[in-house]
Amino acid sequence: MNGIPMEHGLILAALLFTLGLVGLVVRRNTLFILMCLEIMLNSAGLAFIVAGAAHGAPDGQVMFILVITLAAAEASIGLGLLLQLHRRFKTIDIDAASEMHG
Amino acid sequence: MNLLALTIVFPLAGSLALSFFPRMADRAAATIGAGSVGLSALVSAWLIYTFVTGDGAPYTQTLWTWVSVGDFTPAFALYFDGLAATMLGVITGVGFLIHLFAGWYMKHDLDGGPGMGRFFAYMNLFIVAMLLLVLGDNLFLLFLGWEGVGLCSYLLIGYYYKDEANAWAAFKAFLITRIGDVFLAIGLFLLFTTFGTLDIQTLLEQAPQAWAEGDPMASLAALLLLGGAVGKSAQLPLQTWLPDAMAGPTPVSALIHAATMVTAGVYLIARMHVIFELAPAVLALVGVVGAVTLLLAGFAALCQTDIKRVLAYSTMSQIGYMFLALGVGAWDAAIFHLMIHAFFKALLFLASGSVIIACHHEQNIFKMGGLRKSLPLDYAVFIIGGAALAALPLVTAGFYSKDEILWLSFANGHHVLWFAGLVGAFLTALYTFRMIFIAFHGEAQIKAHAGRGIAHHLPLIVLAVLSTFLGAWIHPPLADVLPVHEGGDHGTTKLIVEVLSAAVAIVGLGVAAALYLGSRQTAEKLASNPLGRGLWQLWHNAWGFDTLYDRVFVRPYLLLTRLHRRDWINSTVNVAPQIALMLNSALVTTQSGRLRWYALSLFAGAAVLLVALLFG
Repeated sequence: MNGIPMEHGLILAALLFTLGLVGLVVRRNTLFILMCLEIMLNSAGLAFIVAGAAHGAPDGQVMFILVITLAAAEASIGLGLLLQLHRRFKTIDIDAASEMHG
Repeated sequence: MNLLALTIVFPLAGSLALSFFPRMADRAAATIGAGSVGLSALVSAWLIYTFVTGDGAPYTQTLWTWVSVGDFTPAFALYFDGLAATMLGVITGVGFLIHLFAGWYMKHDLDGGPGMGRFFAYMNLFIVAMLLLVLGDNLFLLFLGWEGVGLCSYLLIGYYYKDEANAWAAFKAFLITRIGDVFLAIGLFLLFTTFGTLDIQTLLEQAPQAWAEGDPMASLAALLLLGGAVGKSAQLPLQTWLPDAMAGPTPVSALIHAATMVTAGVYLIARMHVIFELAPAVLALVGVVGAVTLLLAGFAALCQTDIKRVLAYSTMSQIGYMFLALGVGAWDAAIFHLMIHAFFKALLFLASGSVIIACHHEQNIFKMGGLRKSLPLDYAVFIIGGAALAALPLVTAGFYSKDEILWLSFANGHHVLWFAGLVGAFLTALYTFRMIFIAFHGEAQIKAHAGRGIAHHLPLIVLAVLSTFLGAWIHPPLADVLPVHEGGDHGTTKLIVEVLSAAVAIVGLGVAAALYLGSRQTAEKLASNPLGRGLWQLWHNAWGFDTLYDRVFVRPYLLLTRLHRRDWINSTVNVAPQIALMLNSALVTTQSGRLRWYALSLFAGAAVLLVALLFG
């Protein structure tokens, strides 16, 4: 643990977060959007772990458990929505469900 | 215990109750409306009784400190003396009778339509404002009441607001009285900067010490107060709003535009009499304004066809008498005439309301005719009220009050004013009985249905009794408040002057009878020659003041506003709204409905905040 400086961990977290965000914005496939969301959540979790380790405090790991729980709940709801989307529109293109006339 | 505040609390509670429950049944609304003023009248009667039977010392009831800014701490305090007692009695007593009558009148005028609650809410609010005006112990509180009655007048003139003409009449009344109010406000500022207080009694004590007689500052203060008074009391040159104010329901005309509000100017001048005595030139002007107004309005009343407009011009003319009395220093005579005028003019207005309802909303006297058989009660009270207005000798109350004014103006050496008053007395008798003879005599032209019920009869009968010589037995306890100017002891001269004014009134009645009783050929001949027609036109339009003001003030103003619509100040000011509009259209495009863009802007905003926190 001592070998990895905190900055490196945080930069990795930021990169992962950006990747997830870009994927969220550009992707149309709902499954990929869900995966991007997972990546973003995990990048936030990673940032907590790194910061917690750097300070030698357990709070970071406590927060990560919370983030995992949240991610699990989010994944189940997201997959449920995906199934409904597929049943209703016969596609998993998220733009098919857009009714805000954008 | 001091009950003075209760006189205001009752109508205020009535007004609030009627405002918060506007869908109340008509009967309940009328009961609350008249009942609250009735309770107030009972309290007033008790107060006046204890005041007259007691030592008669004025007292102040301080409720709370209203405003506290530096040295300016006007209290919310009520002051009770002989003058306040007289006004209190008139406002609550006559006001109660008018409210009672209004219950009957509005039932027929609305014909089952909605709005009785709104009507009585305004009427009660008016009583509150009027009582604040006459009971306020400082000019600040008086001004609150002064503006309050103006507001209620506006609301009630425009009561049938769905007719556009009524809304314009209300607008006109509000605007023209506002001109006077601005003068009054400036007058108050002047008094405050000079004396550092607006407390009336303190002002009256300090004014003679600060100002010598004829001091220009005193004249200016008096002139500004007079400006307020002529606006509210419909005197020259701010008189044009009163005839149009007849657009309101008739009880409103009786209460506001005959008995109480329009006499507020007389009250103001009488209340501030010390300041006017320090400015003899302005005091003389008051008399001249009164005399000119009473003559102009008298001639105008001769040529009206609408029964309410005749009464409106006669009100103007009678208030002219009060101003004349003030101008010659006959303070108590002015207030005495104010009280008597409230009795008989309220009577005449209520009776005309009864006639208008009986004739199915017909107000043109030439379309009535011969009503004396179908409406005997209205005929009787019209005769009594008309006789009081015309000041027929000995039996009427109006004789005693008007005669005192004429005698004191003669005795104090104002012979021109006295002569104007005498001519006015002739005109008064002439137009009053012209109206009565045209409406009640001759051939019947309309089928009238007489009003019924105690709410209709009682106010008419009580006011009719007060308009006879019995009313003149009520002597306002003014000796301690206003300086009394005895006209000296000119036994024979006084008798001659009295006989002369009595004779003039009787001659006026005789001329009216000759012209309008029986065949009206002479009257028609007079009106049909070119001179008569011209005069008729002139007087029918009240000397053309409306046209004059339209040409001199309204049209140039409208022209100016049209010219200045696109001036550079306006363009500069308009830059701000234009920038706002541009920003608005920019922001509207961001509201695209694309969730991706929303998400991106969310993150962009978070990033900006983060950077700002890191480096800020």
